[in-house]
Amino acid sequence: MSENIVVPTMAEMLAQGKQPEVLFWVGCAGSFDDRAKKITKAFVKILNRANVSFAVLGAEESCTGDPAKRAGNEFLFQMQAMMNIEVLNAYEAKKIVTACPHCFNTIKNEYPELGGIYEVVHHTQFLKSLLDEGRLSIEGGKFKGKRITFHDPCYLGRANKVYEAPRDLISKLDAELVEMKRSKANGLCCGAGGAQMFKDAEPGDKEINIERTEEALELKPDFIATGCPFCNTMMTDGVKGKNKEGDVKVMDIAEMIANAEDL
Amino acid sequence: MNYLDNILFAILLILGIGYFTINVKKLIRNIKLGKDIDRSDRKGERWNNMFMIALGQSKMVKRPVAGFLHVIVYVGFIVINIEVLEIVIDGLFGTHRVFSFMGSFYNVLIGSFEILAVLVLVAVVIFFIRRNIIKLKRFVSSDLKGWPKSDGNIILYFEVVLMSLFLLMNATDFHLQNVAGGFMHFHPAGSFPISQYISALFEGVPNGTVYVIERAAWWLHITGILIFLNYLYFSKHLHILLAFPNTYFANLNPLGKFENLEAVTAEVKMMMDPNADPYAAAPADAVPAKFGASDVEDLNWVQLLNAYTCTECGRCTSVCPANITGKKLSPRKIMMDTRDRLEEVGKNIDANKGVFIPDDKTLLNDYITPEELWACTSCNACVEECPVNISPLSIIMDMRQYLVMEQSAAPMPLNAMMTNIENNGAPWQYNQQDRLNWRDEN
Repeated sequence: MSENIVVPTMAEMLAQGKQPEVLFWVGCAGSFDDRAKKITKAFVKILNRANVSFAVLGAEESCTGDPAKRAGNEFLFQMQAMMNIEVLNAYEAKKIVTACPHCFNTIKNEYPELGGIYEVVHHTQFLKSLLDEGRLSIEGGKFKGKRITFHDPCYLGRANKVYEAPRDLISKLDAELVEMKRSKANGLCCGAGGAQMFKDAEPGDKEINIERTEEALELKPDFIATGCPFCNTMMTDGVKGKNKEGDVKVMDIAEMIANAEDL
Repeated sequence: MNYLDNILFAILLILGIGYFTINVKKLIRNIKLGKDIDRSDRKGERWNNMFMIALGQSKMVKRPVAGFLHVIVYVGFIVINIEVLEIVIDGLFGTHRVFSFMGSFYNVLIGSFEILAVLVLVAVVIFFIRRNIIKLKRFVSSDLKGWPKSDGNIILYFEVVLMSLFLLMNATDFHLQNVAGGFMHFHPAGSFPISQYISALFEGVPNGTVYVIERAAWWLHITGILIFLNYLYFSKHLHILLAFPNTYFANLNPLGKFENLEAVTAEVKMMMDPNADPYAAAPADAVPAKFGASDVEDLNWVQLLNAYTCTECGRCTSVCPANITGKKLSPRKIMMDTRDRLEEVGKNIDANKGVFIPDDKTLLNDYITPEELWACTSCNACVEECPVNISPLSIIMDMRQYLVMEQSAAPMPLNAMMTNIENNGAPWQYNQQDRLNWRDEN
């Protein structure tokens, strides 16, 4: 055991007769992808620091079905959805937080009609509410005065109109938030959505993540902030492709906050 | 003799409006070929959308230059149509400027029509330059090769001619109104801030000649309007009418919410119900559901209305990440293809006494290729960008459903991803039991 993180499962909570304040939906990337696992841990560290009572499903969690649905496989999506809803309802989950905008969108928008009705928030919204309620404070620390640009995840931004929570968090870091020409409702996709993450791109003259990374690099930022594990992968690859990994770091906002707090 | 004009005018009007009505009926029939979808809810929001987006042009002005010019043409179009009402009454009853009894208010009206006409002319000329001389990328893309390019220019040409005839008509009228001692029934009516200067051209021209020019401009103007009205159905320009129902019936849910297929829900529920009888016979009237869309009749009527509403401005394509990076996908082409195929199906129905005879073609493959469909990232940029709330994405997703659920024709890596989800609940090959391993890893 390292780093002293405390991550109870819903099953453990139930055994103690407890119901957590919020269920943390980790998602497939957050559970298995090496880069995304760091985001998961960073978020958990902040939850621990703020004494948030939360729990994960652990091995009872399964893919929300988002990539299957966007790929056109409605059967597989609904199978996944209904299995997950059964588990979530069995635990009487009320509020769900997730660091993945795809899980966020699917559970928030597509589960209710299938019987899964929860309050679903993105981790940037949750962190913002912790700040607003005074349960968490952020010092700029190493991000003070740094140039940070935020890449809007499509499924957080355009899909659900969440633009301000991530930006508010960045400004709390005392950083200089610089906007790309295509931001917020006009944000350019990283190229991973719609199940593209899991296939090669169609023939073209450029990769989408390169197009987006170039746009970010024009701003000469110190950091590219993300709020989605898939965007994070795409932007990290883009920065590597441009041989800029020495100058620009791609980080999830949760990682930045954890980092600023030396968690 | 005098009544001949009125009768001719009435016939022209009946022909013009009659043929348009026939085509509108065809349009409605074609749209109704689509599957049913309920958009009768949330009426307040729907009216609000129509008011803000169609009437108020709120999404047009997101691109200020094109938006501003478009507002001019749009306002000009709507306001100058008040004048058309007067022209129709004058034509039917042989009156001269029948609204002139309004006095000074009439002067204000005619004066503002004239100024708008000039502004429209300027805007249309700039539009023409943007399309043909500056060659903005979205107007020279391969989507518009051939007819769509001519269509765009024909519409601009029409507007130039109509506005010019309007001003010429007023200029000659003004000249005749000011003939010393009066000329025929041309009593002074209206103020002509623009055409009074054009009328200088007619100094010294015999009154009879000016009269002929006035009548010619008047007739050509109203005839032109009727031709333009009937041209709409054959062009991309139906948006001037359909933008209103299209914004009213548009999706109101968050853009990230994709519809859950009810037919699938029923089957999945049965699969998961431990008490379901697996050998139960299907109900006798059960029609085997077709999943997704391979042709226009598999789409819903709102998607088909979208297709007729699209005016091919290409804003969607200009923000599409796939298109920007050189992929074949163009959301505008998705809409144009859907409309063209729907028209083809409609013509087939017309030619076969109201019944569609299969023609060995489908929207999928013959118009839209799987390569285009698989290039989409479902990012919703096209939907967000459309000034009249068209959703190319919903058509792309329905067609993907057909490819995957009816044809098992997903790209190989996606099949692997879906197999993983089925087997181990994640798009990658990791054991579901290992989902919490990160907790104890360093």
